[in-house]
Amino acid sequence: MKWVLLTFIFTIATVLTGCEPLMVLDPKGPQAETQAKDIMLSIGIMSFIVLVVFAILIFMLTKYRASKQSKDYEPPHIEGNIWVETICVGIPVLIVIFLSIVSVQSNNIVEATPKGYGDKEPLIIYASSSNWKWHFSYPEENIETVNYLYIPTDRPIEFKLYSYGPITSFWIPQLGGQKYAMSDMVNTLHLAADVPGEYMGRNANFSGKGFAENTFNVKAMSEDKFDDWVKEVKKTAKPLTEEKFAKLLEPGHLGQSTYTGTHLEFLPPPEGENGGHNHGSSHSSKAEKHDNSSETSSESEHHHQ
Amino acid sequence: MDFFDRFAIPHASPAIYASMVAIGLTVIAIIAGLTYFKKWGYLWREWLTTVDHKRIGIMYLISALLMLFRGGVDAIMMRAQLAVPDNKLLDAQHYNEIFTTHGIVMIIFMAMPFIMALMNFVVPLQIGARDVAFPRLNALSFWLFFMGAMLFNISFVIGGSPDAGWTSYFPLAGTEFSESVGSNYYMIAIQIAGLGTLMTGINFITTILKMRAPGMKLMKMPMFTWASLVTNAIIVFAFPVLTVLLAMGTMDRLFGTHFFTTTNGGMDMLWANFFWVWGHPEVYILILPAFGIYSEVISTFARRNLYGYKSMVGSMVIISLLSFLVWTHHFFTMGQGALTNSIFSITTMAIAVPTGVKLFNWLFTLWKGKIEITTPMLYSLLFIPTFTIGGVTGVMLGMSAADYQYHNTMFLVAHFHMVIIPGVVFAMLAGLTFYWPKMFGFMLNEKIGKLSAWIIATSTLLAFVPMFFSGLDGQARRMYTYSESTGFGPWNMVSFIGAAGLAVGFALIVYNIYYSTRYASRDISSDPWDARSLEWATHTPVPEYNFAILPQVKSSEAFWDAKKHGHELFQGEYEKIHMPNNSGVPFILSCIFFVWGFSFVFSLWIPLILTTIGIFVCMAYRSFEKDHGHYITVAEIEETENNLRGA
Repeated sequence: MKWVLLTFIFTIATVLTGCEPLMVLDPKGPQAETQAKDIMLSIGIMSFIVLVVFAILIFMLTKYRASKQSKDYEPPHIEGNIWVETICVGIPVLIVIFLSIVSVQSNNIVEATPKGYGDKEPLIIYASSSNWKWHFSYPEENIETVNYLYIPTDRPIEFKLYSYGPITSFWIPQLGGQKYAMSDMVNTLHLAADVPGEYMGRNANFSGKGFAENTFNVKAMSEDKFDDWVKEVKKTAKPLTEEKFAKLLEPGHLGQSTYTGTHLEFLPPPEGENGGHNHGSSHSSKAEKHDNSSETSSESEHHHQ
Repeated sequence: MDFFDRFAIPHASPAIYASMVAIGLTVIAIIAGLTYFKKWGYLWREWLTTVDHKRIGIMYLISALLMLFRGGVDAIMMRAQLAVPDNKLLDAQHYNEIFTTHGIVMIIFMAMPFIMALMNFVVPLQIGARDVAFPRLNALSFWLFFMGAMLFNISFVIGGSPDAGWTSYFPLAGTEFSESVGSNYYMIAIQIAGLGTLMTGINFITTILKMRAPGMKLMKMPMFTWASLVTNAIIVFAFPVLTVLLAMGTMDRLFGTHFFTTTNGGMDMLWANFFWVWGHPEVYILILPAFGIYSEVISTFARRNLYGYKSMVGSMVIISLLSFLVWTHHFFTMGQGALTNSIFSITTMAIAVPTGVKLFNWLFTLWKGKIEITTPMLYSLLFIPTFTIGGVTGVMLGMSAADYQYHNTMFLVAHFHMVIIPGVVFAMLAGLTFYWPKMFGFMLNEKIGKLSAWIIATSTLLAFVPMFFSGLDGQARRMYTYSESTGFGPWNMVSFIGAAGLAVGFALIVYNIYYSTRYASRDISSDPWDARSLEWATHTPVPEYNFAILPQVKSSEAFWDAKKHGHELFQGEYEKIHMPNNSGVPFILSCIFFVWGFSFVFSLWIPLILTTIGIFVCMAYRSFEKDHGHYITVAEIEETENNLRGA
């Protein structure tokens, strides 16, 4: 028992003396902050429960060991005790109720426009994944990037997530928790950055061979700088053509690249009339073309013997 | 079809070739050994055709231990790959296959047979029955499970292992993104094993409800029997979902339907929902029998009755109901919105209450007891603190908003290993040590046993606690490599050391079995632990018919009361006992199922049709068979009883 305790304490101590804060507990935006607060709160309450259990266990083991009792001691028959059992049910119930309230509130917060950012028009970015890349389309700015993301600080950002293949998960730990990107629907993730800086972003959901390197860089900067960057892109970047995008979709890893225009025009995301669960009828002729090509390839491999 | 492509070894690596050679040599050694020692007849008569629940239990146990090492080797390879940044030990594909098979093997082919082993061996004895309700069905359950496991295990040398994760989410597991036959193996091997499990569920519910000894009311059943009853009820409700799901997945992969694909109206979320509608109750299918074992062990070695029997039963029933109401917490991040997430967040956290009740009841069972620390008790005592850490982190994961940060990270991996290893594996090792004397007639060595318990417990902490931190630091699960700048290196190194420690602990258990088999005393009583329930009331080794006279039960601790208060358990005279005959049909049918599954995996339609006919022929044969079992005469019983008493 001592070993267990010591190992546990040792591990905790190692962490507390560690130099860098853990990414999730080092939030740089309001959503991540809500989540970090919830995590710290639950760690606090749960440590209390763990301590209570440890304390009772140690008490029982020190007091009621056979070696510490007389040979003829006969343990009594105890059915139970209504008070003890009420406490054992009651306190956990209260804790669960309290955590449920916190959980429901926080879930509503992270599913809405970030607090304090309500008066600002959100920046909409379509983030779509393909094996094993991220495509970021800025419809307002009419530009698109691959594998990196520039965002303005102090402005809410609405990510529209979808995928050109397996389910992936869009995650920037320091700005907020993740959400799935899937091929047949568009998910919305509300994030915002308070502090300029560079953050790690990645696909967190296993999506095949190239999954480990399926990451992207996020750079948060002041709005002026962001506007400058947009202007710069418009001046220097090449336009994103259909052929170019089809090439980008091919499985593999790519570095970062930048384009003017977005793929949303010729390959609309699965929302609205192109939305998922359409059960057979695709409205976009382009999307259909894409679908068919992948389907024939799989058919030819597995149905012609 | 290009046969070479389909049967080719996907990983032409030295490790795979070495495994092939090892498998080949083992098979040759087994066949040669059996022939040399002329054991084929013995094997066939005593084991392959047996319908005795005790022997089926032991066969489950052997399979579970074998699979523990198969899954363990996978685990060590994974931890070794991640131990240092930018490691080149395994490539991405190999790593993906390993974590996929590690998950399946450990959950379906290790933990499941382990609980089935104890359930099979213990439940009929504990309720004072002579066998399960349907002995031949029980044999079929085992052999279907076994053939499913074997089919899954040949995947890595013939055609390739599944590589889409143990959850096998579509569209990744569909033919478009997963072209090898690996995922076919997944669908069909689990299907065959799952059919066996479903039959076990029905069999044990019937056994427990119909075959209890006279006087054993429901509320007088020992806790492990209660746990088994509740578990099997969950099995009967959950496994049909898996059956349908795997059938749909098979059709998607082999016949071009579009249930879960990205095209033609396929819905990837449907797989996730169905999978977890089965998958979450599955967690409780594993843990509840473990809770049953802990209840038996803790009350035995605290030398006291179980505290709060009624609330123990009640909490299990509540857990079984709640287990079906929480599946969505596995994909809080799928975009179902705050309302749905909130509902499932609350139901998820609610499970902590009945689980907490059980934990406190065990703690209070120690109260005023006379605690004796034996190996099974040591596992149970080590379980309490380690499982608590795993459990409370589960509550943390249940908070949906926070879960957006934990989801798919090492934090989650740490959580479920910290509940499954102390919860299920410790319990099974406790149960193994506890019931070993009843199974084999000698005790396992206590010194080696305790040492391995300590090593396994500390290594568990060492292996998995660091993952909580690396998860919070942004390490996603299933990444086969990471760069040094991430800072995950030290955490993973500690994990690797822990994993190596676990390997040492399990190796010690094997050594203990070897050592005790050679040196342990065979002169043990039928009740070496001074235990409390009926399984200890009969002889060791247990005769074929379990009890010469069926026991009369007055309390939930019938045997203890018989010992302490002089209740007469066995009243009356010997009478002839009806027992089922051995049968080769379950084994043969399952062998046909193996070939059937293999043909399905590789789309070999002619063998598939032939084996399908074979399966129906076996079933038809059984239905026309006139086999009414046999009677053991009073003279035979007297002889057996006298021999055992003399032994």
